Amino acid sequence: MPLVAENLHVRRGGRAIVENVSFRLEKGEALVVSGPNGAGKSTLLRALAGLLPLARGRFSLDGDADEVQSALHYIGHADGMKPALTAQENLAFWGAFLSTGAPGLDPRAALKAVGLGHVAEFPVAYLSAGQKRRVALARLLVARRPVWLLDEPTTALDVAAQANFADLMRAFRADGGMIVAATHAPLGLDDARTLRLEGARREMAA
Amino acid sequence: MRGPVSALLWRELTVARRLGGGGAMGVAFLLVLVTIVPFAIGPDLNLLSRIGPAILWIAALLAMLLGLDRLFQADAEDGTLDLMQLGATPLELVVLVKCLAHWLTTGLPIVAAAPFLGLMLAQEPEGVFGVGVSLLAGTPALTFIGAVGAAATVSLRRGGLLMALLVLPLCVPALIFGVSAANAAVGGTVPLTTPLAILGALTLGSAALCPIAAAALLRRLGE
Repeated sequence: MPLVAENLHVRRGGRAIVENVSFRLEKGEALVVSGPNGAGKSTLLRALAGLLPLARGRFSLDGDADEVQSALHYIGHADGMKPALTAQENLAFWGAFLSTGAPGLDPRAALKAVGLGHVAEFPVAYLSAGQKRRVALARLLVARRPVWLLDEPTTALDVAAQANFADLMRAFRADGGMIVAATHAPLGLDDARTLRLEGARREMAA
Repeated sequence: MRGPVSALLWRELTVARRLGGGGAMGVAFLLVLVTIVPFAIGPDLNLLSRIGPAILWIAALLAMLLGLDRLFQADAEDGTLDLMQLGATPLELVVLVKCLAHWLTTGLPIVAAAPFLGLMLAQEPEGVFGVGVSLLAGTPALTFIGAVGAAATVSLRRGGLLMALLVLPLCVPALIFGVSAANAAVGGTVPLTTPLAILGALTLGSAALCPIAAAALLRRLGE
């Protein structure tokens, strides 16, 4: 089931931010979106997640453009965690809210997978920036969805956590998952396709 | 494993309980307003008992709006609102559940406290009953209408005042029929059930329409 973007255009405030972006991912493939600050990486990912309207173009999974939103995970700049709830409670909520059909990991198991088993009972407010980020990444595991949209996923992560997340992504892709990641730092995605956004000029390399 | 809707309701109630403030603040605000009014009016018990229901309703209206501007703002700031659009649950239902949680944590304590505060305004037992029943029927409408204002001002740093300006005129029908229901309980030509039925209709109508409006506003947020 291919993930296909055809001629995507996104406008914000009357200005074209993303123009003519196309790509196609098969099962297990990953796409790394790179480019300087302000090139439109986050805008593109938000549009792919359905949070911004597409001015033109089509984004579909398996030919279906309507169901794509409920098939993807989005990791944005904000972590989407309530400071007053514990890491486990936050994940239990997202697991219940985002699950579609196939159940994901138990919140505790997901926290263990990102190396945070020991802080499961802590309110998120008391966690460090990197730990909060890892709780947000654990959300990818509590609900099973075939596409991950990752906007700078490794911000604030230490080297060990970055390697751990690279392993998680590898396992997800081996399982047939697809990843679109916007990043400045290398993510450890082997043989990922790349899409470079540069203001006006954009080209796609295999 | 919970369903998405009950998980959301549980989360909203837990966050409200842990953060505190919501319900207790509303009741305290109500108490302060009800306390200062007799100081302003003077020791005229007849006058107080006549305008008591109106004072309680205005105080309840203001107390309900207190903090309502944060209904979606916290979720918008921490990214929760984005993720909620990715769930299988329609955003309209999310808004409805959030309103329900807000009413349970803010509205219900006000409804429970208002009759007791009525005693401070020289209300007869029938009047206390009328205020309680009319608030129970009418305050959910205030939450739903307020949610539209909260959604419209979600991206504004100091949106609270603007929200009140937007929302207060829309709350006038609920205020009119709320006070007239409370007055009808004490006596008068109109039976209690007539204004109460209109209040119920306002609540049900706003429960049906306002989540749609608020969800539409929230979807436009990112643009």
